[in-house]
Amino acid sequence: MFEFFNTLLIGITAGSIYSLMAIAIVLVWRSTRVVNFAAGGIALASTFVGTTILEITGSFWIALPIAMLAGAALSAFIEFFFLRPLLKRSGEKTQEIFLPIIATLGILGIIKSVLQFVYGDRIGVLTPPLSDRGFIVSGESIALSPLRLMILGIVLLLMIVLTLVFQRTNLGLSLRAASFSPEISRLSGIRVDLIRTLGWAISGAAGATAGILQTTNGSGSVSPEAFEFSLLLVFGFVAAVIGGIESLVGAVAGGLTLGVILAIILMYFGSSLVFFAAFVILILVLFLRPNGIVGVKGGRRA
Amino acid sequence: MLRIKNLVVDHGAIRALHGVSISIEKGQLAAVIGANGAGKTTLLRTLSGLNKATDGSATWGDLNILHSKPESLVRHGISHVSEGKSVIPELTVSENLELGALWRRNRKESAQSKKEVVDLFPRLGERLSQRADSLSGGERQMLAIGRSMMAKPQLLLLDEPSLGLAPLVVEQIFQSIRDLTTSLGLTVLLVEQNAMGALKIADIGIVLNLGSIAATGSAAALRDDPAVRAAYLGF
Ligand SMILES: Nc1ncnc2c1ncn2[C@@H]1O[C@H](COP(=O)(O)OP(=O)(O)OP(=O)(O)O)[C@@H](O)[C@H]1O
Ligand SMILES: [Mg+2]
Repeated sequence: MFEFFNTLLIGITAGSIYSLMAIAIVLVWRSTRVVNFAAGGIALASTFVGTTILEITGSFWIALPIAMLAGAALSAFIEFFFLRPLLKRSGEKTQEIFLPIIATLGILGIIKSVLQFVYGDRIGVLTPPLSDRGFIVSGESIALSPLRLMILGIVLLLMIVLTLVFQRTNLGLSLRAASFSPEISRLSGIRVDLIRTLGWAISGAAGATAGILQTTNGSGSVSPEAFEFSLLLVFGFVAAVIGGIESLVGAVAGGLTLGVILAIILMYFGSSLVFFAAFVILILVLFLRPNGIVGVKGGRRA
Repeated sequence: MLRIKNLVVDHGAIRALHGVSISIEKGQLAAVIGANGAGKTTLLRTLSGLNKATDGSATWGDLNILHSKPESLVRHGISHVSEGKSVIPELTVSENLELGALWRRNRKESAQSKKEVVDLFPRLGERLSQRADSLSGGERQMLAIGRSMMAKPQLLLLDEPSLGLAPLVVEQIFQSIRDLTTSLGLTVLLVEQNAMGALKIADIGIVLNLGSIAATGSAAALRDDPAVRAAYLGF
């Protein structure tokens, strides 16, 4: 029982980070219908920015927001200079639908190479601001540590902010409208191109946070070839897809579900099955609930 | 005044409009009628900036409206209710309305406009927090027109508001369009398959045929024109 409870805590923490990555992927998908593999690269690059700022200032609480800004800027830059011209040119023909996907894969490769060039063999170190030693409950150390609590708090705060922005503000209404119907939005006076760039920027900030938290929750250091980031990208995608790819609520549900199931598998069956299990879950959801675990049949959720 | 001169529009290799010239005075309601594929939708989409013109010119007052984007034209008082129920199904009725006034960046004015729209279409007022996809066809059309009224337009482009609606609802919608035109001094370009209904409320009529103008004149004269009757009114 105690062990199971600990496993749940570990799963929820990891899952909350996958949720952020899934949100990054869903936001880009909704605003431009692009499958954004570059999200992994944006998260990685912003995490490096975070480690550098942490090295200079010594403060995690300065490094995190600056990394988020860097992620937003890089993501908006990619949309504006690469995807926008590409999407303007490409049409509905099958081979052209692949263009943006290939482009984001290419950009992921470019970002990694640039990081390799800049950082070489040096790794970025992200010392967590809080202890990762578990709290003691009735004499036993549980999996919940100050650090895990901080991670959950940051993710929760971001989700509240995102929900408020999307549901309560004019910007949020523009973002939702532009993703549901670009044409009616333009006819209503929404500058859809600008709104799309903003959607990418928010996605970049979410991805940057996911990257920073993934690193603090994991090894505490990052390299241009970090395996933790490949996992983050893959699990983010799986979470987004099982959440229905259209919905932010779904992305969160998908991330948490995936995190918990993978933690249980890791605990009771060992690490060799984790990757396998992630894809089995993906395939199962696609077969049983193609609209995602919270998807509404035939409709899209705001 | 809307002045369209020799407007030519192509969809790739297909020429949809072959040099169309139309002139509408301020405050007039003009009905554009014609069979399927006549180029009616193309005409409206070109005027609102969704489609590109190949040749010709179009001006609204001093404003050259070709080569502008829809989102800028809205800011100059030109509002287009596109073909089909032009609402966003996933948003609530209230959000659909607010969307139309977002660019004005003025919550007070937006709330005021919303009140005016609800006064005009009380059925929308009872359904403000419902999703738009729960509305009936007629209510959706009211919402589409309401959304475009939220922008306080001077030139309204309406594409087949009667499409798929029951005769009684069509009559209501047409009456609302006539009332709006008169009470707000709007200029309206109303595209319709329902030629009789449109010509009844319109001041002038324009008959499009295969991308060219076949006849034009006062709505009353067109209603009585034997050739128009035979081809478009069915009696
Ligand atoms: N996107 C497009 N690509 C290619 N051809 C098009 C496109 N849109 C319209 N057309 C063609 O242009 C011509 C005019 O079409 P348009 O939609 O303007 O007609 P319409 O008068 O609105 O017809 P309806 O009453 O059926 O709505 C048609 O021959 C149509 O096939
Ligand atoms: Mg049409």
